[in-house]
Amino acid sequence: MSQFTQPTLERPPMALAPTQAVSLNINGKAHTLQIAPWTTLLDALREYLDLTGTKKGCDHGQCGACTVLVDGKRINSCLSLAVMQEGSEIQTIEGLGSEDNLSPLQQAFIDHDAFQCGYCTPGQICSAQGLLNEGRATTEAEVRELMSGNLCRCGAYSNILSAVMEVLGNKGAEAAGSQATPKKESKEGARQWAAGAASQSVPPVEPAK
Amino acid sequence: MSLITDYIGKPTSRVDGPAKVLGTAKYAAEFNVPNLLYGYVVSSPIAKGKITKIDSEKVRALPGVQEVFTHENVPNYAFLDRSYKDDVAPGGSPFRPLHDAEIKYSLQPVALIVADTFELARYAASILHIEYEEAAHETELTKHIDEAYEPGRGKTGYKPPKSRGNFGRGWKEGVAHMEGQFSHHAQHHNPMEMFASTVEWLGDKKLNIYDKTQGVFNSQQYVNKVFGLSKDQARVISKYTGGGFGSGLRPQYQLFMAVMASLQLERSVRVSLTRQQMFSFGHRPETLQHVALATAADGSLTGMNHFAVAETSQFEDFTENVVGWTGTLYDCKNVKLGYRLAKLDVFSPLDMRAPGAASGSIALEIAMDEMAYAAGLDPLEFRIRNYSDFDQAQNLPYSSKALRKCYAEGAAKFGWEQRTPEPGSMRDGNLLVGWGMGGGIWDASKQPAVVKASLDADGHLTVSSGTNDIGTGTYTIMTQIAAESMGLPIEAVTFVLGDTTLPESPLQGGSWTAASVGNSVVEACNKLGEALLKQAQKMDHATFKDAKIDDVQFVNGQMRLRTDLTQGIVLRDIVQASGEPKMEAENSTVLTKLEMLKPPKYSMHAHNAVFVEVKVDPDLMTVHVTRVVNAVAAGRIINPKTARSQVLGSVVWGISSALMEESVMDHRFGRYMNHNYAEYHVPVNADIHDIDVIFVNEEDDKVNPLGIKGIGEVGLLGVAAAVANAIYHATGKRVRDLPITIDKLL
Amino acid sequence: MNSFTFTQATAVEAAVQDKAAHEGAAYIGGGTNLIDLMKENVARPTHLIGLKNLGLDNIENTPDGGLRLGALATNADTAYHPEVEKRYPLLNQAILAGASPQLRNMATDGGNLMQRTRCYYFYDLATPCNKREPGSGCSAIGGYTRVHAILGTSEQCIATHPSDMCVALAALDATVRVSGPNGERTIAFEDFHRLPGNTPERDNNLEPGELITGLDLPAKGFEKNFSYLKLRDRTSYAFALVSVAATLELDGTTIKDARLALGGVAHKPWRDKAAEALLIGQPATADTFRRAAAKVLEGAKGQGTNNFKIELAKRAIVRALKQATEMNQALDATAFQNSNP
Repeated sequence: MSQFTQPTLERPPMALAPTQAVSLNINGKAHTLQIAPWTTLLDALREYLDLTGTKKGCDHGQCGACTVLVDGKRINSCLSLAVMQEGSEIQTIEGLGSEDNLSPLQQAFIDHDAFQCGYCTPGQICSAQGLLNEGRATTEAEVRELMSGNLCRCGAYSNILSAVMEVLGNKGAEAAGSQATPKKESKEGARQWAAGAASQSVPPVEPAK
Repeated sequence: MSLITDYIGKPTSRVDGPAKVLGTAKYAAEFNVPNLLYGYVVSSPIAKGKITKIDSEKVRALPGVQEVFTHENVPNYAFLDRSYKDDVAPGGSPFRPLHDAEIKYSLQPVALIVADTFELARYAASILHIEYEEAAHETELTKHIDEAYEPGRGKTGYKPPKSRGNFGRGWKEGVAHMEGQFSHHAQHHNPMEMFASTVEWLGDKKLNIYDKTQGVFNSQQYVNKVFGLSKDQARVISKYTGGGFGSGLRPQYQLFMAVMASLQLERSVRVSLTRQQMFSFGHRPETLQHVALATAADGSLTGMNHFAVAETSQFEDFTENVVGWTGTLYDCKNVKLGYRLAKLDVFSPLDMRAPGAASGSIALEIAMDEMAYAAGLDPLEFRIRNYSDFDQAQNLPYSSKALRKCYAEGAAKFGWEQRTPEPGSMRDGNLLVGWGMGGGIWDASKQPAVVKASLDADGHLTVSSGTNDIGTGTYTIMTQIAAESMGLPIEAVTFVLGDTTLPESPLQGGSWTAASVGNSVVEACNKLGEALLKQAQKMDHATFKDAKIDDVQFVNGQMRLRTDLTQGIVLRDIVQASGEPKMEAENSTVLTKLEMLKPPKYSMHAHNAVFVEVKVDPDLMTVHVTRVVNAVAAGRIINPKTARSQVLGSVVWGISSALMEESVMDHRFGRYMNHNYAEYHVPVNADIHDIDVIFVNEEDDKVNPLGIKGIGEVGLLGVAAAVANAIYHATGKRVRDLPITIDKLL
Repeated sequence: MNSFTFTQATAVEAAVQDKAAHEGAAYIGGGTNLIDLMKENVARPTHLIGLKNLGLDNIENTPDGGLRLGALATNADTAYHPEVEKRYPLLNQAILAGASPQLRNMATDGGNLMQRTRCYYFYDLATPCNKREPGSGCSAIGGYTRVHAILGTSEQCIATHPSDMCVALAALDATVRVSGPNGERTIAFEDFHRLPGNTPERDNNLEPGELITGLDLPAKGFEKNFSYLKLRDRTSYAFALVSVAATLELDGTTIKDARLALGGVAHKPWRDKAAEALLIGQPATADTFRRAAAKVLEGAKGQGTNNFKIELAKRAIVRALKQATEMNQALDATAFQNSNP
């Protein structure tokens, strides 16, 4: 038998440090929060601004689920304090696209089934956006390496690779002056079809014999 | 020709895709209900002993700290063990969080601090003073093999492995033999989303519980029994689950804690675990295996012996089918099987993707490779010679079995015939090239499921069942099945899941969701169709006057007469004519006791064959899996796009298991030391290269009406063994202790 | 995680004064290691001094032909800086072999030097650790030592320095510039980090309150013949089991100058000048490389589960030197998996 006591604080603070006002620019909008200085950017987004698209997968910079873009560069929001990001332009998954206007990466991730549970997905997409912004990756090997800061426990890596390669290719084509645009499933068309079917305005279709 | 509303078998993109890529899909910790309190869990630093002192005075003095819950002040809820037993609890006495001073394993939760903010709760946790008296712990499986026992009780449905024939005679009859011991450490599921429960206090002990789980009803019944709440009081919701892999089969302790704190404080409370705490509950058990095989001169197996010892906790007998598959997968008269458990001071293990089979197939499929070499046969040819056309373990014919096709199509795609058998004989420049193979078998099972189909006056079909989608594609395939069954465009169909107010469905596991819920979706739609026909007959519509349900079909948004296809009626119009806002039908596949007792007529299984290429640096012994072909026979594939993703994921899991994944226990502390994502290695994008998935055609009208066998687990089987076999082929080194890290090859 | 106050410093002197004024204060650059340690309750500063507005993020040529890296320049900006890519490609490779793109965008060059060990026991308050609490004992000794040191260990500590960047800086003979309560000074890179000895709690030779302001690289960058070889448990985003920074200056096939430094094997980036001396003047052959490798590992001591690192390090040194030699020849097929893009 031996005694075990959790180590005590070397320097217990005399009093709890007060909260402070922190101004953050997120997805083009200014926010001011009254928070403890030790609030991470990730927790500020998720718990104080309801921007829960940014995920917490480890809280230690070991998985990439919390990736956001700060001044266009991808970072792990779990290892940054909110107070350190005053004056920066922060972009989260919520700022990359909308239901009616998915970003090319968001569309490519759907088209290539580049996720399963979806929990790492916003981080993967923000990371891929950062990769595009950096302009350092062109080959599959480079994309694999430079997407390696984002774990996917479902194992969607090869589909993530194809999704990023597609957007990278289209981006290259656009830069070269081509008319190529990302392939999109015609959502609007599908909606019209659905509405049409319900109102019987579609032509009869030959049923199976 | 196919109809516009034919969706089954089509590669439909995930219907929940937009929500997931936009970040609007909400997971358990993301429901920011008003006036929420935050709970932070404190974990035990010791593996065994007791808490002797808790000094929470400093913590309680912090403004904003609401309560410090420990065994000293948590009320005694339910008295009996059975109240703490969830649907998949193994035999024994379930762990009760914050119940008494006793420490049963390292990282055991010992306190919950509830505060106004997460930041405050976490800080408070760091200054909580707890003293312990340590007792000697036992965590080393290899030291307890002699005490291992045959579990008499296990999970519901667990059957001890059955031997047949006489292995001793079979061994003697053999002209070639192999014998070997295999091992792997514990593995933790580590889904990306950490366990969390957000409990919304609605007043009067009425709770909305947003839980990370693979089964909302399992969580609900646990909460009902432990806290004495009615079903109306505890509604459990889980619309999105950030990965499960088995970890969400049992309610985890954050559920208990969040509900307890909410009831005590009459406030909404969230408890999220940390990544470190993801190592504080169930895991794939460390397992030691012994396999001995013998073959006759023609390469046929004359005897098989497969014995396994696995760890379990001191309080529960966690059992899984590790060795049973060996008696089924190959044809052999003399099979000796054994399975034992040893109790250690760890938390109870828990089903983890392809539980039992993943572990068993590592030993069996490496052993089969060794046996092939010993018998002088190609590993594929060896398996074909021992192909089982009849399930000898159950003494039943297979409902279908297209494993031969997996072998043939997989080998062709991989180019297996170009393999030269001699280890080290294939090269790519300086690199050693190795080709290995393996395969496996998994149950095609089906559970009772209740499904409701509801068509509204706008022509929109809502189909609901309280199942889950842990990333498996359930939302999508159920929408496809419902759309095709009801003849509606997929955009006019919504599938709703993950809520205990919905019809009851089994928890998501065992690869059974597609078959269990899918077939019930068809039946619910058929019943709705019958109601629609009846209603149409009430209308002034002569066409359907004498029609029976078999005389009509539902396509393209209409009900049509099979004999006169020009005659149809729009479904929406039928609902509108009913005068009701919607028409509904419910189907239950819950079996009667008599039905449950009926012996099965067929052995129903999915199979796979996997071919792997590795490249190994001959000096540094770094291994890369450069190519994988995984051929799967799993009956009907509802959605080849999402199904392929499941198998891709399985391959990644297999590579992970073969090369990197292990929870490393320091036995001096009885503690997993790599309890984080930096040192519990799983593959990253750069580790994964070409993976080909083949679904061989396998029609099965016996397994269930839709012919589904499930694909969540089968794709993982044999992958790790195939990697190990490929490494042997490349290097001549036979490693039987996984993962095969660089040090084992130097 | 600790409760602390935070100020964003605007000048080096003010930052140094702020630190002196607060007992238990710490500087924070990118935060990638400090915040991690704070969440584990391993680091418990009571006051943080933010450095990002100090204007120390420039990378510029120095009059003597070298390059000065501002302490607050990020690892990514440093790796991809045109002068680094052109003149110090070893540094580029080493930085890119470490962490992930996200972390490299946050982590600063000064902070990279200040990283603490990845020892499991150091990170886990449930186990004794001399580095965390002097005198409490070293749990790693006799434990799971896969990531632990084989060179320069003591009875007190067998932890390793986790950096890749620092291995290249050691090989390149960088100089660390610091400011402190007593003014500015420079520290030769090899004198910056310490071996554990009897004071494992001290990772480096900074005096209390001192702040890294920059790193100076000398003119010689070995841009023609170099290799950074990192061996780890997965292809990317993992700490090194063993890493080797090797640079050569060749005169035909004769080695005129050489640098050899290892990561993942010691409490500091392990530069071995004696081994370098064995290379200089010799033909660039496998035999020469093997002799140098043997020299580096001469006093190596395994701890059990990390014994394999001794042999692995030898092979890695030989390979890295071979890759450095053959830079301008066609690379063999092994390159794709053993070097980093």
